[in-house]
Amino acid sequence: MSDVEALLRQSKHLKKSYIKHKSRKKLFVIILIPVVIILVGSAVAFGTADIAFFDVYSTIFRFFFPVISSSTGNADIIIWKLRLPRILMGLLAGIALGSSGAVMQVVLRNPLADPYMLGIASAAGFGASLAIVLGVGIVAGPYLIIGNAFLFSLISSGLILALSGRKGASPESMVLTGLALLFFFQAMTTIIQYFGDSEAVKVAVFWTVGDLGKSGWGKLAIITPLVLIGTGLLIWKSGDLNVMNTGDASAKSLGINVQGTRIFAMVVCTLMVAGIVSFTGTIGFVGLVAPHVVRMIIGTDNRILVPASGLIGAVLLVLSDTLARTVLSPVILPVGSVTAFLGVPLFLYLIMKKKGGIL
Amino acid sequence: MNVVVENLHFSYPGKDVLQGIDLCLEETEIMCIVGPNGSGKSTLVKCIEDLLKPQQGRIILGGTDSGKLSSLDIARIIGYVPQSSKQIFSTTVFDTVLMGRKPHSSWRSSSEDVDVVIEILTTMNLAEIALQEFNHLSGGQQQRVLIARALAQKPKVLLLDEPTSALDIAHQLEVMEIIHNLVHKQRIAVLMVVHDLNLASRYADKIVMLNDGVVYASGSAGQILTSRSIEDVYGVEANIHSHRGVLSVTPVRRVIGSSRFHQIKELHSY
Repeated sequence: MSDVEALLRQSKHLKKSYIKHKSRKKLFVIILIPVVIILVGSAVAFGTADIAFFDVYSTIFRFFFPVISSSTGNADIIIWKLRLPRILMGLLAGIALGSSGAVMQVVLRNPLADPYMLGIASAAGFGASLAIVLGVGIVAGPYLIIGNAFLFSLISSGLILALSGRKGASPESMVLTGLALLFFFQAMTTIIQYFGDSEAVKVAVFWTVGDLGKSGWGKLAIITPLVLIGTGLLIWKSGDLNVMNTGDASAKSLGINVQGTRIFAMVVCTLMVAGIVSFTGTIGFVGLVAPHVVRMIIGTDNRILVPASGLIGAVLLVLSDTLARTVLSPVILPVGSVTAFLGVPLFLYLIMKKKGGIL
Repeated sequence: MNVVVENLHFSYPGKDVLQGIDLCLEETEIMCIVGPNGSGKSTLVKCIEDLLKPQQGRIILGGTDSGKLSSLDIARIIGYVPQSSKQIFSTTVFDTVLMGRKPHSSWRSSSEDVDVVIEILTTMNLAEIALQEFNHLSGGQQQRVLIARALAQKPKVLLLDEPTSALDIAHQLEVMEIIHNLVHKQRIAVLMVVHDLNLASRYADKIVMLNDGVVYASGSAGQILTSRSIEDVYGVEANIHSHRGVLSVTPVRRVIGSSRFHQIKELHSY
């Protein structure tokens, strides 16, 4: 065989291997979509009142095509009023936290980064405490806590974004500023709670753990476009994020506007996560663990990683919420604590399974 | 495409690194930048690549002032190989080289992009490790992957910052031969920083010797690599031999009376 023939054969073999390698990764995302749909149906079926798995889908189906079958009475109320809004909020929160976590880890060049790295959680906690304990806020009525949490999340991340716009600001300096703001807002929260009424403090503490119990269709109408557009924008930028993974100088030499992409990605993550935190409180661990789980399975191509992290985040959160509602039923545990219980062993198992650690 | 550098000045706070550099790199020419550590070689390359903004002077790429070009325009013209690169989350060699197609492609890599990468990986004997993780490779392998990535850009100008520093002698020659062949086949201009004067002598059409941020001398290997210039710039006595028309430099000893020797001694006394 001549050298040219050998090279041609090697090229064909390489192309075949590469296409197979990529197809496997795409297949992972394609499989995840029906998994999430089945999981949502199962989560709606599980609870204090038993509902058959297929009744869940027939109830949802009937909403769009009412002539096909008749109402199942109580099941309709439980599904539409109680469970579905809660589970859809969990689904959206999981997508937002998972996809934002994947992006923040790349733009901050830190595998320990999560969506709360810009001080969003602690600032939202402070805003919520201010509303719950002192009744102080920018908007009155049912959106007092939500409005405060959202505003203070934006203040915290706005400070860091302003810093990132300065010449010479590095991802490391942004992470350190985020940590400083985290401690600052935590200290402020502690002071408010120290002087607060014990019942109000209890509510404020419960809020910070994260809970999907107050979800409703009105809130979903606000959060759905935010999460869908935000995740879409992150996926759109994911090709540039792949190049930024090699370092700022390298990315710039390949034509990427590094500073612009970093700020854009952080603004999108901030708006999406601040929105979610304001409605659900701080649900920890999903944004950290979901991207790492996906990386261990399919690697680091952000074009697949970002949507897959969102879907794994959704699986983790919906699963955690189902456990939170059913394990000690009728007592409902805060979902934020269950995500950690479920996520930590899974995370540790994957770290031990993968040779050479998580990177 | 030719590259002209005019009166280039660059300073870090409290330190002038480049002090009025002028040079002209022609199409199908290999130019080697040599000089001791801290003479401004890498800074010069970073200024041409637009990674650093010079305080004075200009860089002209094919007749256009680079200041008027966007990062993307420059990435379509210049391929850059850094001294090293660390990925925070390791990607495969294939995907790393595919990043070189970024200035020419959209969100989705086309079949043509994949074919370009396969051709380069095969030419550079990297096909065997194409699906291995970049961070798990040796320094030399990583260096070859970074060169492959720059070649995937299909650049008109190739800038290399010490491209052979992590390679063994066989791979040094392999990489230099690949670059040498590309220069004429694809009509590109190459500017590379090298420490190995023998490699520069063998492959460079023109050598620019930097010393303390200024051009000490520029010209062919025969004009630049003399015992006198090496003593002046490096503070080292060296023998220059010629074998089949190629010069080779053999360092003999550090010259105690030279100004460079005193600078090095002062540096070590801190």
